Amino acid sequence: MRIAIPVENKSLDSNVCLSFGRAPYFLIYNVETKESDFVVNTAATAAGGAGIKAAQTIVDNKANALLVIQLGENAASVLKAADIKIYQAINTTAKENIEAFASNKLSLLERTHAGFHGRRNR
Amino acid sequence: MAEGTDNMKIAVLSGKGGTGKTLVSVNLAAVSKKATYIDCDVEEANGHLFFKPKWVEKERITVKIPEVDSKLCDGCRNCVDFCKFNALAYINDELKIFDEICHSCGGCILVCPQKALVEKDKVIGTIQKGISDNVTIYTGVLNTGEPSGVPIINKLLSEKNLKENKLTVIDCPPGSSCVVMESIKDADYCILVAEPTLFGVHNLDMVYQLIKLFDKPFGVVLNKCLEEDNPAERYCLENNIKVLSKIHFDNKLGMLNSNGEIVANKDENYRMLFSLLLDSVIKEVQNETIINP
Repeated sequence: MRIAIPVENKSLDSNVCLSFGRAPYFLIYNVETKESDFVVNTAATAAGGAGIKAAQTIVDNKANALLVIQLGENAASVLKAADIKIYQAINTTAKENIEAFASNKLSLLERTHAGFHGRRNR
Repeated sequence: MAEGTDNMKIAVLSGKGGTGKTLVSVNLAAVSKKATYIDCDVEEANGHLFFKPKWVEKERITVKIPEVDSKLCDGCRNCVDFCKFNALAYINDELKIFDEICHSCGGCILVCPQKALVEKDKVIGTIQKGISDNVTIYTGVLNTGEPSGVPIINKLLSEKNLKENKLTVIDCPPGSSCVVMESIKDADYCILVAEPTLFGVHNLDMVYQLIKLFDKPFGVVLNKCLEEDNPAERYCLENNIKVLSKIHFDNKLGMLNSNGEIVANKDENYRMLFSLLLDSVIKEVQNETIINP
């Protein structure tokens, strides 16, 4: 099982990034092998539709689950089409989220927002 | 009055809503012998409330968005990579298109080697044409939730709408964004409407910067003037900007206007004020033509 988490730095100790589409990196963590891989999010600097492009990256990296603080509806629709489960991350490090996920402490993300459409600092 | 307005296009704009764009636009059209009034504030068109026109035409405005034939798509993703707005994604061997993200550039269709993408029409709003005495009214309405009014404004200002009458008054959307640029791009003259506050000065400065960028001849109408110091007037003096007219803060004007009346048709003083304003604008444009033919 591969889980994806938007992170601020290329480290397991990095905080989960509050933004999905504009996160600098995605951590792709393999639960079985405990291998971690950091993927650059090319959508971070996109003119628009960052959520869609970021979701495409998650799909292309064959993640089975995504752990996020919040998610826009367009990104959610891409991920749902690819049967990727979306979980509500806790606002701490990637490592703590992986542990919480492994011990079934994370719940599925209940709601998505309408997207920020290029507006920053929200 | 108001001779020499052949095909003259005057745009009325301001940095924020509520400064008096519609007041100025509607009354300029009303005092002209024959005019076209175009309401480009497609997110909240209200000029027609004053003219109460008889509507004669209605047209739906569409934009082109892509549609995929899944049988032809081989998943090369050229379209996904091409789209700067990321309106396309390729998931589970299927192309997904996000209509509301699409900017209708048509690029995805051009780059598709399989010709799997075709254009389809998507309705984003309407344009209505109406007649009220000496004024022909065009009003654009953008449907709720649609991201950009530019295609509607573009259609509103199409050649055929501008040719019908002599004077054209373009009532712009507030601000200085794409929709305003689209509204003023073919204007011969711009009237900037400003309020007598510091906030008003900030908003005036925004549109002033825009007008300079477009290199349009322009002048300012100071609205809601009080007896005390007027920061917007001071700004005009400091920047050597021509003040075309001053409209004083007046309860009577406010009452008439909020009841949907055209003040120039109800009050002789206001008819005079807007006639003089129109005359000065015409003179300005004529001078401009002499200096920059």
